[in-house]
Amino acid sequence: MTTSEVSLTPVTAVSDDARLHRVHSVVGAVRDLLRSSMAFRIGGAILLLLLVLGVLSFLAPYSATDRRVVPNDRPPSLQYLLGTTSLGQDVFWLTTYAIRNSLYVAGLAVVIGRTIAVLLGSFSGYIGGTLDRILSSVTESFIVIPRLPLLILISFMVRGAMSMLMLALLLGLLDWAFPSKRYRAQVLTLREEEFTNTAAFAGMNPLKIILREHLPFLIPFLLADAVSGFLFAIGMEVTLSVLGLSDLGSPTIGTMIYWAGYYQALLARRFWWLGAPIVTSVLLVVGMYLVSISLGSYLDPRTRLKNLVGRAS
Amino acid sequence: MAEHSALLKVEDLSRVFTVRRGLSSVRQAAVDHVNLTLPADRNEILTLAGESGSGKTTLARMILGMQQPSSGRLHFKDRDVTRLSGSERAWFRKQVQPVFQDPFATFSPLKRVDSYLYETVANYHVAPRRQADEPVARALEAVGLSFREVRGRYPNELSGGQLQRVSIARALITDPALLIADEPVSMLDASLRMSVVNLFRELKSRQSVVYITHDLATAYYASDRVAVMLRGWIVELGPVEEVLGAPKHPYTQLLKASVLEPDPRQQGAAERVTLSAFDTESFARTGCRFADRCAMVMDRCRTIEPPDVPVGDVAVKCHLYVDGEQPQLQAAATTRSSSSGA
Amino acid sequence: MIAAEVQDLRAYYTTTTSTVQRTVHAVDDVSLQIREGEVYGIAGESGCGKTTLLKVLLGMVSPPLKVVSGSVRYRVADGSIDVLKLSEQELRSIRWSIVSYIPQGSMHVLNPVRKIRDTFADFIAAHRPDWVARRDEHVREYLAELGLPDSVLGAYPHQLSGGMRQRVTIALATILAPSLVLADEPTTALDVVVQRGVIQLLQDIRQRTNSTLVLVTHDMGVHANLADRVLVLYAGQVMEEAETTELFESPLHPYTQYLIRSLPKFADRAERVSIPGHPPALDNPPTGCRFHPRCPYVMDICRSVVPPLIETRSDHRVACHLVNPPNG
Repeated sequence: MTTSEVSLTPVTAVSDDARLHRVHSVVGAVRDLLRSSMAFRIGGAILLLLLVLGVLSFLAPYSATDRRVVPNDRPPSLQYLLGTTSLGQDVFWLTTYAIRNSLYVAGLAVVIGRTIAVLLGSFSGYIGGTLDRILSSVTESFIVIPRLPLLILISFMVRGAMSMLMLALLLGLLDWAFPSKRYRAQVLTLREEEFTNTAAFAGMNPLKIILREHLPFLIPFLLADAVSGFLFAIGMEVTLSVLGLSDLGSPTIGTMIYWAGYYQALLARRFWWLGAPIVTSVLLVVGMYLVSISLGSYLDPRTRLKNLVGRAS
Repeated sequence: MAEHSALLKVEDLSRVFTVRRGLSSVRQAAVDHVNLTLPADRNEILTLAGESGSGKTTLARMILGMQQPSSGRLHFKDRDVTRLSGSERAWFRKQVQPVFQDPFATFSPLKRVDSYLYETVANYHVAPRRQADEPVARALEAVGLSFREVRGRYPNELSGGQLQRVSIARALITDPALLIADEPVSMLDASLRMSVVNLFRELKSRQSVVYITHDLATAYYASDRVAVMLRGWIVELGPVEEVLGAPKHPYTQLLKASVLEPDPRQQGAAERVTLSAFDTESFARTGCRFADRCAMVMDRCRTIEPPDVPVGDVAVKCHLYVDGEQPQLQAAATTRSSSSGA
Repeated sequence: MIAAEVQDLRAYYTTTTSTVQRTVHAVDDVSLQIREGEVYGIAGESGCGKTTLLKVLLGMVSPPLKVVSGSVRYRVADGSIDVLKLSEQELRSIRWSIVSYIPQGSMHVLNPVRKIRDTFADFIAAHRPDWVARRDEHVREYLAELGLPDSVLGAYPHQLSGGMRQRVTIALATILAPSLVLADEPTTALDVVVQRGVIQLLQDIRQRTNSTLVLVTHDMGVHANLADRVLVLYAGQVMEEAETTELFESPLHPYTQYLIRSLPKFADRAERVSIPGHPPALDNPPTGCRFHPRCPYVMDICRSVVPPLIETRSDHRVACHLVNPPNG
């Protein structure tokens, strides 16, 4: 899986009817979405399910690294909902841990990556001049880096010592460059708006202006971008793990696939062990995608106008 | 006694753009060696009048520090403010504040308008946070708005007239010495304009105002002095009764003749105007930039730049007045000025 | 002869979100007649419904705008047609040939990557294929008659001054000699000299073609200079309608009086009055006379009863309880 640029209608500068931009309340927005978008309903349900499963891991009867706590290689039954592994683990509870850890790694990676992207891109665009030129060069260099090979290389070098935190950090540091160009472009436009001048004469410094004046306009794109980053991180994590290059002791979606492969689950037709992480990852991607497009089209002023009229009077 | 010699001194200020056309390039001076002074000992409303492309907005933005001049100097209270450093900028902005043309663009549609007022109070240390309500309420009162009607509102909940007043209120919070108002009423309904222009008249007791407009009727109403701008030059500068009452420069006469008198009985009586077709055609010329539209044009107007000639209290940039000549003003212009007196 | 007629028109915007349903009464019970060959001005502040009225006059009614009741009729060669009952196809066929429209902000309507000549060519090809052979001649002739120089044809829009763009757009909208021209704020956002030029142009066109011009603007100065009759609209309702000279000499409705008195008069430095308050939001208009919250002469009845539009003097209609006290 590689990063896919989730293409959205670009956030244009200021629209005349702010009602279309402004979401009056999160609750109201969620209610609207649930009512109007099938995509949101399905995607939301999927994500909710996965979230619940991830939280459930805190109540698991076994710890994440326990082995031989249940009989090996049992197929799914009432006692073992998703069967057991060749290492004596309960697939169901293992999966809940996998979901939790994968979400943690990807989530942290997105937070790190997008924070850097927004701040660097915005400053670069707002301040301009030499700072912009320097930051842009740095950004370009990061874009050119071949990420998967680099990750593989680093994983080899730190073999065994790659923790989840470290992986999240690496993924974040490798996924800020391309998005930051977009934020820079948007701030370049926003900088020319008259209200930016008003803010400057109100005494606000550049950081305040970026965070208080410009950020609200970046948020619709940021949401879609965050999903894109999330999918990239999940994809990288799975790839590295399947190659055996991450922290194989911790259960994640990727490491489950690795171990299942190691123990020939496919050949031995023990589909439950391999199937659980694969289905989970598919569900995760589909869920995220559905939520992202429905959210994106909801926030787009043009479709919002259609939806406003939708319920005939 | 004022501690400085002039409030604002614009010295030989220019802003030049280079426009490339194919392989050649043309230098256009949006503002061309302009000189202007605002007195230190009294508050004054100075109008910069002119059409679009005259350079009045560029000049205003240079005074505000939003654009860098290509040459020349700017002095505020005797300090050179042509290029401001960070800390100097804060000092400058506390004393010179803008009012922009489009009230709906002045505020972010995603933010409540009063947030800008509070920000101004906080960032310039006008009052401690707990007591910020006071200066905000006072500023709103000064512009004829109540706290209640503005508090917590988003821009789209207010009318253009109200928003523009909020914009002025925000500019007044630091009690600036100088307000620069760029066409503050041109985007408002005609019926709302006068109340805002009235407001500027009232503000004169506390601050000086540079009032930019293309509408001479409001200029006459509100200002003390008028500077008429044409393609980067100030072509006429002087007290308003003189410049607008008995305009000397042919361009000023044209501007005055173009003012729409709200008098149906004069339908069809107005003289016809010829408009320029192309944006950049005047810039390529040497000589006077009004030559192609001027009814009194002479040969030398097309080749030699006119000098600034003092005629009484007024300075006119026109060949017609050199050597103390007093040309015969166009008959139509004089009849208009006398008939609109009542 | 009547060129167009509006009867009892009500046109509302309805929007629904998860939390609330809003109905904006943009045009609420408007009736008027536009006479052939005249310049009919529609005056009113922003938000009074004049743009909506214009849209409905053109038949451009699409959600969230809906015509709740009333009719809009044009007179054509053999009778009249109800614009609101026309199909999209039929509307297209009358657009530009019978009725044409000069939108607000015309300056931005021209295609920036096509030369003016080509924009005209596209337009003519689309609406008058029979002209295509002598197209260039036609265009040049027309521009010459309007006093616009030939040289604009070879230019791109951005090369022209704002005022020239506006006038080219007007030429484009009128080259097919429509009998009814609707202009939405044609002078707004233009410099005074250019405004003068645009008004001149509109006058010239009218004289040439004897077309009927409907002029929508908030600027009473423009109405004074151009219009034969003026309709004053406030909050979606008609307040007054009269011949221009009559309206400016004796405005009967308090709102009209304010509108006229608030205009700056050159060389007059006396304090000018502006109307206190601001126009109401049209989703919740005041009861009775919609102007009553701002009216200096408000009476009890104004708060509850909508004043009827009555022809108080010859060709002078007013809707005001002060002017036409209710009987009994």
